Amino acid sequence: MPSSLLPDSVDAVVALLERYDYFADRRLATSVFLALKMRRPLFLEGEAGVGKTEIAKVLARALSRSLVRLQCYEGLDTASAVYEWNYPRQMIEIRLTEAEGKVDREALATNIFSERFLIRRPILQALQPDDGVAPVLLIDELDRTDEPFEAYLLEVLAEYQVTIPELGAIKAASPPIVIITSNRTREIHDAIKRRCLYHWVDFPNAERELAIVRRKVPGVDARLSREVVAFTQRLRAMDLFKSPGIAETLDWAEALVALDRMSLDPETVADTLGALLKYQDDIGAITPQIAAQLVAQARTEAQTAVEARV
Amino acid sequence: MAERQLFGRAHLAENILHFARVLRKAGLPVGPAKVIAALEAVEAVGVDKREDFRAALESVLIERHEQQVLFDQAFELFWRNPHLLERMLQLLLPKIYGRVPPAEAEAPLPSRLAEAMAPAPRAPSIEAQEQEVDLDATLTFSSREVLQTKDFETMTVAELAQVKLMIARLRLPLPELPTRRTRPAERGTTVDLRATLRAMASARGAVVPLAWRRRRSRRPPLVVLCDISGSMDRYARMLLFFLHAITNDRDRVHTLLFGTRLTNITRHLRQRDVDVATARVSAAVSDWAGGTRIGACLAEFNRRWSRRLLGQGAIVLLITDGLDSDVGDGLSLEMERLGKSCRRLIWLNPLLRYEHFEARPAGIRAMLPYVDEFLPVHNLESLTQLTAALTSTSARHATRGRVNAERFAA
Repeated sequence: MPSSLLPDSVDAVVALLERYDYFADRRLATSVFLALKMRRPLFLEGEAGVGKTEIAKVLARALSRSLVRLQCYEGLDTASAVYEWNYPRQMIEIRLTEAEGKVDREALATNIFSERFLIRRPILQALQPDDGVAPVLLIDELDRTDEPFEAYLLEVLAEYQVTIPELGAIKAASPPIVIITSNRTREIHDAIKRRCLYHWVDFPNAERELAIVRRKVPGVDARLSREVVAFTQRLRAMDLFKSPGIAETLDWAEALVALDRMSLDPETVADTLGALLKYQDDIGAITPQIAAQLVAQARTEAQTAVEARV
Repeated sequence: MAERQLFGRAHLAENILHFARVLRKAGLPVGPAKVIAALEAVEAVGVDKREDFRAALESVLIERHEQQVLFDQAFELFWRNPHLLERMLQLLLPKIYGRVPPAEAEAPLPSRLAEAMAPAPRAPSIEAQEQEVDLDATLTFSSREVLQTKDFETMTVAELAQVKLMIARLRLPLPELPTRRTRPAERGTTVDLRATLRAMASARGAVVPLAWRRRRSRRPPLVVLCDISGSMDRYARMLLFFLHAITNDRDRVHTLLFGTRLTNITRHLRQRDVDVATARVSAAVSDWAGGTRIGACLAEFNRRWSRRLLGQGAIVLLITDGLDSDVGDGLSLEMERLGKSCRRLIWLNPLLRYEHFEARPAGIRAMLPYVDEFLPVHNLESLTQLTAALTSTSARHATRGRVNAERFAA
């Protein structure tokens, strides 16, 4: 892998990600830079909808690598995550050999458990890419699996290799770029984290969120985008069960654009709040009075920001 | 920049080493491998920008979001003046240690010594367990019988010590739940193709018996919410021993105490030694035997912890007498949420020891409708009963529990 293609400084990472529509803060960019440079997995933890998965997708595009994605779920096992033997083909092979009549047991056993009969699943694909270029391996929502799979990952993350009992260890010629995400529905074991670089992905500040909204929602009015961001930022300061993430802000902005709104008003907010808040308690907490108050604050904030620029 | 003048390369390495040691002393798990990684990271990023330098150290040395605050403080102090922080730590340390001895002295040693001297084998084999039971019967049969029905509240110190020992031996057989994983089995539900084919390959065309696999089962996580307010004080201490026993018996147990505020004591209970563990817990909890704010504490649990702890079909044990000092609408709302976000909600209430117990207090009435099972927990017998309740696994039992709870509420 030509490492010269990788960005050579933190600034270069910031610029590269921005070119592909990802506005990372400097701390995240530093972690990404180090992950690339030190060839270590990057462990991203944070609330849902703050752009953890997105970074892997953007990295793949920016570095022109393929993206191999492993979505985790409870009970995920090696057969669906790493490799599986192609049993029907193996069975046919055995029958054919028997039909030919010259059965060498030893040879047959080694024959049917050779690479020809191996079905590659995401992790093995990432270690042995078809095009020879190490891909970006996204292990998404690791907190959804159980501990045994975590333990299995240790070998993959530390050595970039998997061991298949019938074949031996398969090691990556050049290590993939590994991004692991977690929503923290449970604590991931320290042994995994120790092998990774850790970064807590936080909600973006107003300035960065504004940049994201403007880039990702084409056709959004300049003033509306400011108001939307000011409103969401204020919501996050409130005592909610689930604060809205960037994904929600974008959804909401898109909804408002679809409704042809140029500016926020309390009724529209009440009608579209479902794009922003996903728990009934939270929606109930935003009473018409509070909504009106938040809208008024967001509007003044947007106004002053515009004037300051003029 | 100031850092640049302060140290050359060798100096920088030394300082990072120092910094790592400071973090370790402050309780962060920073091993030698991490120090090396930190050096590598700093080398990659450079020391031109303080912000980058900090982010580099951070991404290597931190493992959890909670460690951020500690790291930030240490970073600010250390990279201004390395020696200042160490002096401060030294000043702090004696105080921290100073807390432990009195707690240890308080713990009744005799019972533990006795346990240590009676060589009850702890191996989990069936034979060994039988032996243990025999030993119990001969040595403590009489006193055990008395103790089993005696209230925790009316016991002498010596009796308490003995109960503590018994509780330590209590095992909690939680129902096992089927997982999506399988294991080889004599008579299973799915064919193990891998094993079958391996057998076929070496069978030379002879008929090969199928190899089977069946689902593995596993105990669900257990979350214990235990009330330690004034009215619960005596039980709560007893229950702490019980909680310590189950925490060390199985994995995925989380324990939180609440009175006026909520404290997670899981890490403290992981201490193998029961006295060290309880001493740590006493030091960590600040609202022993105070008032109760059940509603507020449950609200905090629902908001801060439920998504992190109740993820994989957890069972919740709620241990409280339900006597809340401020019952509002909040309590029943929070109970409803708690009940809906866990697999089963079991309420252990010491007040149930009174035969004519009625769900009069407003707090209890607010909580009852959302409980799957409602059990007493005032003496050893009730703990054994708890064990039985936990063994009943099916959803049918859960509904029956709900009906039972409704009967009480009526």
